[in-house]
Order: sequence, then structure tokens, then C-alpha cells
Amino acid sequence: MPDIDEEIRDTSKGMTSIVKTVVRFALGIIVIFGAYIVLYGHLTPGGGFAGGVILACGYIVLTLAFGRQIALRKMNNKAASILDTSGVLAFLAIGLLGYTGGYFFLNFLGRGKMFDLVSAGTIPLCNIAIGLKVTASLFAIFLALSIFGRFISSLVDEDE
Amino acid sequence: MEIYLLILLIFMIIGSIIAIEAKSLLSSVISVGVVGFSLSIAFLMLGAPDIAITQVVVEVLILVILIRATITMDNTAIEGGGGTFPFVVSLVFFGLFLVFSFFAVQEIPKFGEPLMRVSERYLRTSAEETGATNVVTGILLDFRGYDTVGEATVLFTAIVGAFGILRRRGRKKKTEEDAEKVGILEDEDIKKDFEGF
Repeated sequence: MPDIDEEIRDTSKGMTSIVKTVVRFALGIIVIFGAYIVLYGHLTPGGGFAGGVILACGYIVLTLAFGRQIALRKMNNKAASILDTSGVLAFLAIGLLGYTGGYFFLNFLGRGKMFDLVSAGTIPLCNIAIGLKVTASLFAIFLALSIFGRFISSLVDEDE
Repeated sequence: MEIYLLILLIFMIIGSIIAIEAKSLLSSVISVGVVGFSLSIAFLMLGAPDIAITQVVVEVLILVILIRATITMDNTAIEGGGGTFPFVVSLVFFGLFLVFSFFAVQEIPKFGEPLMRVSERYLRTSAEETGATNVVTGILLDFRGYDTVGEATVLFTAIVGAFGILRRRGRKKKTEEDAEKVGILEDEDIKKDFEGF
């Protein structure tokens, strides 16, 4: 397997070097913004779903700019399936843990101080679980459409 | 405020008509994007930043996937228009829809004056009962957590379906038993299938 730095500099894969340079700067900002939307979902507008879609967009930008070999090394479809499933199960587990206090989806953790990052009990945990799930599942759908599908022919033909 | 919203809505209607009528597939995809982004501005003007963020982000994702799909398609031009019969049928059904919606719309509460039965209590007590300062998240993940589980299940089912339909080949290898079970294969086909063994 070739070195990842060599593979990034390989000009025959992905888009032109202009796009690659811009993506290299923008990708970190996209991912940080997505993580911010997920983690601060209980304080500011946003939440698990919106932040998860932003994170998935980051992965899709990576796939489109650098070709799918680089993106698959970050998250392949098996990892995406596992993350997707574990996100759902974590969300359900948080809901079921509410039975320790009486009923489904009871906010059993302490409320904390308002406007703190760690507050509102289980809500930030639910946001993280949903964010994980949405990131993995939307990227998995993109992979399914681009790799398994036939209509995006240029991505399929890359290594066949 | 309301006049801006009306202008935006008319703009969206024009965009969707262009999306239907455009000859090239790429321009109709772009018109769909125009409608989506206008919708997010409308949400923002109505004071719903949560939905506005989600709308923008989902629209970007869908546009990327759709443009990627349409650019690489060979035949992107739509050939031939519909005949007169489909046009008349759709006109009749649209008229029926307008008549029924005229009666239905009179029953729902006026624009900007919601009923506020349960939601009033949610808005009043959400911050102290859930501890979340974002009321929308408080309602989604605390008061209505059960609904959110349903949404997550819908998304999960969609992924499973996409993976099941779009994968390139089945996981199970063909065996001799399968050939017997199917029964409709000709002898030459079975021979062809098992040539590699």
C-alpha cells in the first residue's frame, strides 16, 4: 500500500490542485463547525441532525476532491455501517436507561447550570449519538450511490 | 415582514415551475436548489433558525449528490412532451385539490395565531424542566424523545434499504441446490453458471 502523502499529491486522482488546496484549508473548518453544531445543540440552534449532515458533507467533499481511495481510508463502508448502528443503539440505550428513574426517555442526569456546556442531563449525549448516526449513515448512502451504483461512472472506473 | 415572505414564496413557485419545465436535467436540479435555499430563508424569517440550518445543510448535500449524478449521465436532455390527455387529467386533479383544500384550510388556525395548547406549556417550562436553553432541542430530545427514536428508525431503515438495493452482487454464492430450487433455468444456463467450478 503506498504512502498516504504520496497518494494525496497524486494529481491523476480526484480534482485539480486548486480544489485540493482549498479543500485542505476548508475541511478542518467544516469538521470543527459540524462538531460545534452537534456539541452545542442544547444551547444554540442546531443539534445532532444538522451537525451530522455537516460532518457527512465534510467526508463527501473529501471524496469528491481527493478521489475515493483517500476517503475510504478515513471511513470505509464497513466502518460507516458499524458507526451508524452503534449511534442508533446508543440513542436507544439512553432512552432505555430512563427506566432506572421510572419511564422511557426520563432525563435521569442532573440538569446542571443553565448555559453551561455540560448541562441539560441526557440531551447532549442524545445529540452526540444522533450526530454519529447521521454522519455515518449519510456518508454510507453517498458511498452506496457512488461506489455500488452505476450512474456515477467516473468514480467506479477509477480502479477497474 | 409578510410582504417579503410573499415575494419569497412567489419566487419559490416560479423556481419549481422552471424545475419541471426545463429541458436540461442540470438546470432543473439547480432550480430545485433555488427552491430549497429560498425555503431556508423563509424559515429564518419566520424565526426558526434550527430548521433553517437543517434545510441549508440537507439542500447542499442533496444538490451535491444530484449534480454528481446528472453530470455523469449520458442522456440529460428530456425528449418529447406529454400529450393532451395527461395534461387534462392533471388539470382536473389540481382543480379538485384546490376545491378540497379551500374547505380544509378554513378549519386550521390562522397564520401566525397557533392554538398553543400543549406548546404553551412546553415554551413556558422547557428551560427549567429540561435545563436546555435551546427550546427546540429540549422538546425534541426530552418531551418528545419517543418521536425522535421513530425518526432515527426511519433513517436507519432507509440506509438498510439503500445498501440492500444498491450493492453490486448478492452475498450468497450460487450452489447446486439453488439451481434446483429455481427450476426455471434451462440446462445450458446451469452449465454456463457452473463452468468456473
